[in-house]
Amino acid sequence: MADIKLTNLNKSYGQVHILKDVNLEIKSGEFIVFVGPSGCGKSTLLRSICGLESISSGTLEIDHAVVNEVPPSKRGIAMVFQSYALYPHMSVYENISFALENQGVPRAEIKTRVEKVADMLQLTPYLTRLPKALSGGQRQRVAIGRAIVRGAKVFLFDEPLSNLDAALRVATRMEIAKLKRGMPQTTMIYVTHDQVEAMTLADRIVVLQAGRVEQVGTPMELYEKPGNTFVAGFIGSPKMNLITGAPAEKAKCKTLGVRPEHLDISTKASAGSMQGTVEYTEVLGSDSFIYVATEHGLITARENGRTAVRTGDKVHLKPVEGQVHRFDDNGKRIEGK
Amino acid sequence: MTAQLFSALLTVVIGVGGCLAYFWGSNTLLDRLLPVDASNDERSIRNLKRQSTVRPWLFLLPALILLTIYLIYPVFQTIWLSFHDKAGDAFVGLDNYRWALNDTGFRTSIFNNFLWLLVVPAACTFLGLVIAVLTDRIWWGPLAKSFIFLPMAISFVGASVIWKFVYDYRAEGQEQIGILNAVVEWFGFSPQVWIAMPFWNNFFLMVILIWIQTGFATVILGAALRGVPEDTLEAAVIDGAGPFKIFWRIMVPQIMPTIIVVWTTITVLVLKVFDIVLTMTNGQWDTQVLANLMFDWMFRGGGDFGRGAAIAIIIMIAVLPIMIWNIRQANAEQKGGH
Amino acid sequence: MWERIRLEPSRFALHLAVLLIVAMWTLPTAGLLVSSLRDKNLIATSGWWTALTTTVRSAQTRTGEAAVQVEQDGRFVISGNLFEGAGDGPGTITAFGTRVAKPDEFAVGTTASYEDGRTLTVNADGAYSYTSPVKFEDGRGQRVFYMTAVPPKFTTENYSNVLFSQGIGRAFVNSLTVTIPATIIPILIAAFAAYALAWMKIPGRGFMISVVVGLLVVPLQMSLIPLLKLYNASGFLSKTYLGIWLAHTGFGLPFAIYLLRSYIAGLPRDLIESAQVDGANDFKIFRRIILPLSFPALASFAIFQFLWVWNDLLVAIVFLGTEPDKTVLTYQLNSLLGSRGGNWEILTASAFITIVVPLLVFFSLQGYFVRGLLAGSVKGG
Repeated sequence: MADIKLTNLNKSYGQVHILKDVNLEIKSGEFIVFVGPSGCGKSTLLRSICGLESISSGTLEIDHAVVNEVPPSKRGIAMVFQSYALYPHMSVYENISFALENQGVPRAEIKTRVEKVADMLQLTPYLTRLPKALSGGQRQRVAIGRAIVRGAKVFLFDEPLSNLDAALRVATRMEIAKLKRGMPQTTMIYVTHDQVEAMTLADRIVVLQAGRVEQVGTPMELYEKPGNTFVAGFIGSPKMNLITGAPAEKAKCKTLGVRPEHLDISTKASAGSMQGTVEYTEVLGSDSFIYVATEHGLITARENGRTAVRTGDKVHLKPVEGQVHRFDDNGKRIEGK
Repeated sequence: MTAQLFSALLTVVIGVGGCLAYFWGSNTLLDRLLPVDASNDERSIRNLKRQSTVRPWLFLLPALILLTIYLIYPVFQTIWLSFHDKAGDAFVGLDNYRWALNDTGFRTSIFNNFLWLLVVPAACTFLGLVIAVLTDRIWWGPLAKSFIFLPMAISFVGASVIWKFVYDYRAEGQEQIGILNAVVEWFGFSPQVWIAMPFWNNFFLMVILIWIQTGFATVILGAALRGVPEDTLEAAVIDGAGPFKIFWRIMVPQIMPTIIVVWTTITVLVLKVFDIVLTMTNGQWDTQVLANLMFDWMFRGGGDFGRGAAIAIIIMIAVLPIMIWNIRQANAEQKGGH
Repeated sequence: MWERIRLEPSRFALHLAVLLIVAMWTLPTAGLLVSSLRDKNLIATSGWWTALTTTVRSAQTRTGEAAVQVEQDGRFVISGNLFEGAGDGPGTITAFGTRVAKPDEFAVGTTASYEDGRTLTVNADGAYSYTSPVKFEDGRGQRVFYMTAVPPKFTTENYSNVLFSQGIGRAFVNSLTVTIPATIIPILIAAFAAYALAWMKIPGRGFMISVVVGLLVVPLQMSLIPLLKLYNASGFLSKTYLGIWLAHTGFGLPFAIYLLRSYIAGLPRDLIESAQVDGANDFKIFRRIILPLSFPALASFAIFQFLWVWNDLLVAIVFLGTEPDKTVLTYQLNSLLGSRGGNWEILTASAFITIVVPLLVFFSLQGYFVRGLLAGSVKGG
C-alpha cells in the first residue's frame, strides 16, 4: 500500500516560485502521468516527491507518513532518470545490484533477485556487458530493472522515452504499459511533455502549467470535459479550436471550444454554421486536416480518409450536437447548455 | 644500498598507509556510531541525515588542516614577522621595509624582477602562440610540440646545468666547449663570459625560463586556437581577409581570455623561481632577484627572519592583483554551477 | 581549417621552420646527453658536437726521453708509439709535423728532417722513429705535432663514477622516498576534499572554493619562514621525511583541489542522485563511483605533482635539510656545481640522472600531462 498525498505543496528557488499550492491524492497502484509544457514544473514536482528537491511548504505523505524531511533512499521509492543514469564503469549486473548492496542484502540473494529481474526484462544475455555496449532500448530496460529489483512501492519516471527515436518510443510505451499490468500494487508516477504518452498510459493525468495543477482526471475526462481553456488546448491533437467573438456570444460564453473531429464540413450553410475559405489541406491518408480561414480566425477541421475539399473552396463548418465546450471570462468551463 | 632502499620503501608504505587509514577509519567509525540499516524506521532516517551532515567534514578535514597550517597561517605569520626583528622577537615597525628600499641588493633585485616580468611572460606567450600556429598545420605537429614542452619536465637546477654548459667560456685560442661561444667564434667574434656581462646577463638567464615555459604556453594556446569556431574563420575568408588579418583580428581576440591566463600564470611563476639564479650565478654580477634574495636572508648569518619576511611580503604584493582577478573569475563561473 | 586560409609560403618552408625550432629546443639537452657519455678529458677540450663524427684534430705529444734511446746502424734511435700516454687513446694519424704552426706538414710514413740531421718518421698507427746522428742529451723527448682522426667514442664511465662515488645513487633513492608519498598523499586528501566541495552540502562551500583559488597563486616564499620556525619548535618534524611530505602536500593541495573539483563537478548529476536514491552514502558514492570515473584527472595531477616534487630544490633545502644522508638529487646536483664546477663529466652525468626519471614519466604519460595543463586554463571567448 502506498498512497501518496500532497497538501498545499509549494517549492521556491530563492525568489522564483516554482510549484504553487499543489494538492493531489494518488491511490496505491495507480499510474499517474504529470504532463505539461516545458517549464511547467512537472520534473520539479517529481523530484520533490523523490526527495532530490526540498519542499518549501506544505506536506508530502507517502503511505500516510509525512516524508518531507526523509532522505530519498528511505521513502520506499525508485526513480528512472531521463538519461538512465547507468554507472558507465559497472556491468549491467553491477548496475542492477548496486542498490541491494547498499542495503546489505546477502550475496546469494542479490544474485537470485538480479537474475529474476534480468529475465523479466530480457536482459539475461547482457548481464556482463558495460552500458556503452548496449543499445538505447536495452539501457532503458537496465534503468527500469534497477528500480524493480529494489521492490520499491513507488516508481518515478522522468521523461524516460524522450531519448529514444519515434519507432522505439511506441514500442517501449507498450512495454511500460505491460510492465504496469504485471505490477498492479506498484504506484507509478510518470512525467512527460508528450500528451500521447499521457493519454495512452495513464490511469489519471495531472495537467500542470506554470507550477499549478490545472486539472486532474482520467484521460477521457480531460478529453471530454476539459476544465479550462489551457487543458482544452493541451489535450487532443490537433488542438481544439477556441473561438471568441460572435459564435461565443451566441452560445453565451467568452470562448467557444470545438474539436476538429467534431466539426462537419459542408458546402451548404445551415443554422449555427460558420463560413470560411479553405486555406490549406493536409492529407495523411488515414485523416485529413482542413484549415479554414473564417472571420473568427483560422479553424481546423478533421475528416476521415481523403477529403474532397480543395484549397480556395468556400465551406461551412458546423459543430456536432453536444460537442461544444463553453468557457467563461476566466477561461473556466461552463457546465450545462 | 639495499638497506636504504628497504627503509625508504617502509617509510613510503607507512606514509601512504597512514593516510588511507584515516579516511577508511573515520568513515567506518561514523557508520558504526550512527548506524543505518535497510529499514525505513525513524532511527535509521535520523542517523542517515546526521551522517550526511558530519561526513563532508571528515572528507574536508585533512585538507582544511593542511591548508591552514601550510598556507593560510604562514601568510599571516609572515606579515607579522616582517614587522619584527631578525629572530622575530622585538617589534620594529616598518624598519625592515625601510631597510629594503635603501638596500642596493634589494634595488637591484627589484630592477631585475621588472626585467624578468617584462620579458619572460611576453616571450613565452608570443613564442607559444607562434609555435602553436605553426605546428597545427603539419602532420608531425604533436610530435614537434612534445619536444618543445619536454623541458617542462626538467628541474630548474638541471636546466641550469644544461645552459651553463651552453654558455661555457674558454679563453680565446682555446677550443670552446659551450655551443654559444663556439657559434660566436665561428662567425668571427670573440668568446664572451655570458653570465657575467653587465645587464645582458639577466637576459641569458631569462632564456632558460623561456626555454622551459614556452611549452606550457604552446600547449594551452594550441588547445584554445583549436577551439575557435571555424565559422568565424570561414566568414572572414569569404569577406576577403588575408591570413595575418585573420590571425590578429579574428583568432587572437577570441582566445584573449586564455592568453591572459597563460600570461598571468607565467608571471606568478617568474616571481617565485629562485633555482635558476641560485644555480647559475647565486646573484653575483647583479643578477639577483627577489626570490633568491629572500632565500639568502633567510639563512645568512643564522637567518634574518624580519628582512626575509619583508621581501616575501613584497613578492606577495606583486602577486595580489592576479590573485584577486582569479578569484573574481572563479566566482563568476560558479554562479552557473551548483 | 587552415586549408581554407590559403597561406602561400610553401609547405617545405613551414616544415623547415618547425624543424629549426625543434632543433634549437632540443640542442641544449642533447649536448648534455652526448657530453655525459664522453671521456672526461675530451669533454673539457673539445665541443660535444665534434664527438658525433670522426673528426680530424690536431694534437701534440712528446717522444720518449733520452733514456730510452738505443743505438742502431750508427744512429741513435728513440722509438715508440705517439698514442702511448696520450689522452685520446689509439687513433689514426693522418699527418704530422715538427712545428706547432704546421702539424700536418708531413704525410704519414714519410720522414721529416730537422736541421741538425735528426729525423722523425711517424706511421698511421702512431708508431714513430726518432733518430739522431749523435746521442740524445735532452731529457724530455721531442715535441711532435700531428693530426689524428678520432672516431666517436663513448663511455659509461662517468655514470658509474657518479652513481657510486659522488652520492648521486643515494640521492636518487632519497628523491624517490620524498616524491612518491608526496604525490600519493595529496591525491587522496584532495580527492576527498574535491568531492566534498563539488557535490556535498556544506555551509560556506562557495567561500572555501574562493579561498582555494586564491591560494593557488600564493608564493611559496610566504610559507617558508613561519613553517621553518614551526618545524624547529616542534622538534619531531624538522628534517624528517614526514615533514617534507606534509609540506609538499600542503603546497600542492590548492592546485590538486582546484583541478579535481573542476573535474568531479563535471560528472553527470544523475549518477550521483541515482546512487543516493539507491541508498548509497557519500563514502560509498566516492569509492564506487567518483574515484573510478575521475581517473583521468587523478592521473593528470599525479604527473604534475610528481614532476614538481622531483624537481624541487627549495622545499627540500628548507624542510629536509642538507645532511648528506637526506639530500635529494636537485640539491646534490646544485652542490656539485659548486664543488666540482669544472668537472663537466661529473656534472653532465649527474644532471642527466636527475632528469631521466622525469623524462620517462613525461614521455610515457604525455597525454595526461597535457590534459592536466589544460584543465581550467582554456577559457572561452
